[in-house]
Amino acid sequence: MTATEAPPGAPAPKAEPLAVRTPPARKRLVPYWLLLPGLLWLLVFFAAPLVYQASTSIQTGSLEEGFKVTWHLATYWDALGAYWPQFVRSVSYAAVATVLCLLLGYPLAYLIAFKAGRWRNLVMILVIAPFFTSFLIRTLAWKTILADGGPVVGALNALHVLDVTNWLGLTEGHRVLATPLAVVCGLTYNFLPFMVLPLYTSLERIDPRLHEAAGDLYARPRTTFRRVTFPLSMPGVVAGTLLTFIPAAGDYINAELLGSTDQKMIGNVIQSQFLRVLDYPTAAALSFILMAAILTMVTLYIRKSGTEDLV
Amino acid sequence: MAVRDTTAPPAARAPHRGLRWLRRHLVTLAGLATLGYLILPNVVVLVFSFNKPNGRFNYSWQRFSLDAWRDPCGVADLCGSLGLSLRIAVWATLGATVLGTMIAFALARYRFRARSSVNTLIFLPMAMPEVVMAASLATLFLNMGIQFGFWTILIAHIMFCLSFVVTAVKARVMSMDPRLEQAAQDLYASPVQTFLRVTLPIAAPGIASGALLSFALSFDDFIITNFNAGSTVTFPMFVWGSAQRGTPVQINVIGSAMFLIAVLCVVAGQLAGARRKRS
Amino acid sequence: MTRTAPPHRSGGDVRLEGISKTYGSFTAVHPLDLTVPAGSFFALLGASGCGKTTTLRMIAGLEDPTTGTVALSGQDVTALPPYKRQVNTVFQNYALFPHLDIHENVAFGLRRRGIKSVKKPVEEMLDLVQLGPMARRRPQQLSGGQQQRVAVARALINKPEVLLLDEPLGALDLKLRRQMQLELKRIQTEVGITFVHVTHDQEEAMTMADTVAVMNGGRVEQLGAPADLYENPASTFVANFLGTSNLIEAEVVTADGEELLLKAGDAALRLPARRCSAPARPGGKVLAGVRPEKVTLAHADDAGSLPGGRNLLPARIKDAGFIGVSTQYVVTVPGLGELAVYEQNIERDGRLIPGADVVLHWSPAHTFGLDAAQDIGAGADLDEEAA
Repeated sequence: MTATEAPPGAPAPKAEPLAVRTPPARKRLVPYWLLLPGLLWLLVFFAAPLVYQASTSIQTGSLEEGFKVTWHLATYWDALGAYWPQFVRSVSYAAVATVLCLLLGYPLAYLIAFKAGRWRNLVMILVIAPFFTSFLIRTLAWKTILADGGPVVGALNALHVLDVTNWLGLTEGHRVLATPLAVVCGLTYNFLPFMVLPLYTSLERIDPRLHEAAGDLYARPRTTFRRVTFPLSMPGVVAGTLLTFIPAAGDYINAELLGSTDQKMIGNVIQSQFLRVLDYPTAAALSFILMAAILTMVTLYIRKSGTEDLV
Repeated sequence: MAVRDTTAPPAARAPHRGLRWLRRHLVTLAGLATLGYLILPNVVVLVFSFNKPNGRFNYSWQRFSLDAWRDPCGVADLCGSLGLSLRIAVWATLGATVLGTMIAFALARYRFRARSSVNTLIFLPMAMPEVVMAASLATLFLNMGIQFGFWTILIAHIMFCLSFVVTAVKARVMSMDPRLEQAAQDLYASPVQTFLRVTLPIAAPGIASGALLSFALSFDDFIITNFNAGSTVTFPMFVWGSAQRGTPVQINVIGSAMFLIAVLCVVAGQLAGARRKRS
Repeated sequence: MTRTAPPHRSGGDVRLEGISKTYGSFTAVHPLDLTVPAGSFFALLGASGCGKTTTLRMIAGLEDPTTGTVALSGQDVTALPPYKRQVNTVFQNYALFPHLDIHENVAFGLRRRGIKSVKKPVEEMLDLVQLGPMARRRPQQLSGGQQQRVAVARALINKPEVLLLDEPLGALDLKLRRQMQLELKRIQTEVGITFVHVTHDQEEAMTMADTVAVMNGGRVEQLGAPADLYENPASTFVANFLGTSNLIEAEVVTADGEELLLKAGDAALRLPARRCSAPARPGGKVLAGVRPEKVTLAHADDAGSLPGGRNLLPARIKDAGFIGVSTQYVVTVPGLGELAVYEQNIERDGRLIPGADVVLHWSPAHTFGLDAAQDIGAGADLDEEAA
């Protein structure tokens, strides 16, 4: 055998110059070329507009004379003072809808992940397919479903559910439409798939043998769920709640179609300030307050739930 | 070897059989109830597509009619807006999928500076209420004096679909065994061939789901379009307008048709896949 | 079983010169020279993280060496990308393309080289590995052993000069692994291609390879034929990693002539001078080694009737494990610690039970000597780890 090992510490064999190879520059630039177009798009059409928006929010002026940056921060105070009820409403409606989505969505995601068997694909299709009917049309359908004197309202009335919701301040009298309940119900419905899909993704990754192992180690089904399944599905819970809460807080369609003027959310205000009143500084300030509020809440929430690798 | 005491947890007292059944299937029943909640509006939309309303609004049942199905484009501008929405959705999907896939590959395959900033920039549009993005972008267009219309809508749609494509494709590429590409190189495939023959086909499901999601998001988008469309009317814009002016039965027809086509496509795809697997 | 042997073709040799690999401050492979002769079955053996896979990947071109050159059949290929090297790899966990069926997996390399008529060679190759009927299945539908054979077929069909195998049997169960060891050896003999095989399983390396290089910490500890390595380990790592060794610390008493005289505890041991790889001066230390199966146990009562000229150690049996062909004893030698002794089950002495006083004896010719400056336990209990 002609093989020898270079003895440790001995000079490199044959005293050949150590040809250290580094990847050619062309190769090292590949990721940047891949990133460039997409990132430019985001920078120009997402980040830059936010900066623009920031400058708009501190401008004063009118449509006729044009707007100028005057560092008029009072716009923020005025906007908050005038529209704080809508802010509170947006956050609380969105929070309630998110909790409802989690409560309703979890069993469905669990069903698809563990119980559906050969029906799994069909159930999946039924969760996703409604996306293809415009959600505005589907939201309008709730107008029919919750119509005054319709079967749903009749049933809720007969079961005294409406008495409870009246007492909670969610409904008023014998109707559901044009009440907070209708708006929350619409929000919940609209964003439910955004809860179910991430939940399903994280549940599906759980090895069913873990359930058996927990059972083997004397955990009852409820304990298994609390100690094994739910903790393992946390990434899905976090992603789902974010994907539900964020768009729900900024939504104005449900409040517009299913609510009355008393259920207007901050989205409605921004929309009308921007598209109807044409008070751009106020609309910009309101968007910024909403954005800051949501980003703060989201950051705190992600910190607390300890799943920062979500990004 | 320790013998496990099978009676260790004291057996719960046996409840009534019906109750026990209910308890065992509680999750299933709750899940099905949620599914019902999700599907109910679609059923209503479908049923009311056969309605013949008395007034301008199609909110209460009058009598059965096939009129709307016979003439789905019978309302002015409806099919025009639908065509526009489909056109925008196709282009937005194409743009977002290409740009997003490139970013996803860069993020999944390369280490480079500013990686975490890029990740944040990708994440932010998903963590931003649509109305904020919509108003900001519209402010930019207004200030630049850009005419609102097809192009502004398309730009906006590509922008917000991009992040979703990146997320979907990145997950797929990262879960891919790097040895597959090495095996291809080992088997005489050049980098380009490796990408086309191995990487791309294996990443395809991720790209496809990103594209599908983009299509659905773009086709169904209202808020961002509402701010950036000017006087251009997409299908959701048309529906929004009709909620004020009066809802023609035809929108139910279109909505139901889209729903049924989607279900049929997926079912057909599933069946084809199952058959191929069996043979 | 009918086979059509592929045209005989001799493989090329692999020559590594001063090759090394560092990642940042970590050196995976220290500069190393290695020649694998054409047509041989060469094994790189070592525990996980010893640099064996990195070495293999540098031959394949999947890893750029930090220094040094790789030559195949006398041609420097260091700068060539993997797809331009006449080398193919059987990957750990096989890396079969999940989106292609078995036929297309095997045909992949041929197609990339622009060969149009792949049907016949692929069918022949699948017959060779007995997977003809599976051609249209997907990799996920095959068992581990079948996937392994697809991986071999996919590499071999390209008639490489060298076939690289990266832990090819690691994912198989024991019985299948034994079967595939013989199968791979048979294929290698049949096609005559140079095989470079990376494994952490010392039995696998010894069964299959003509030459084994034992790697540890990014260096080749020792290289040679399996029997040579086993009988004459040059370091404690090799002694412990290949099989089991009893290593006894001893002091050199005399070091002249053919034989060294050692003192271990109270006992005197003899060691052939040519089997001692360490420098030995009187008063210096060495490690005296002996394989457990070379040692014989005698009950203390029979100590007087032992033949002369043997190394003797008094001991007490601590534990005895019956494993069919042999019985494995753990004995305690006062002042020296525990040693292992394997006795063939030919005539079992009923008195040899735990607690019994015994005498260990073996021929001095079976003793080997190692440098005492090394870690006496290096390499022990490593071979069970998955790489």
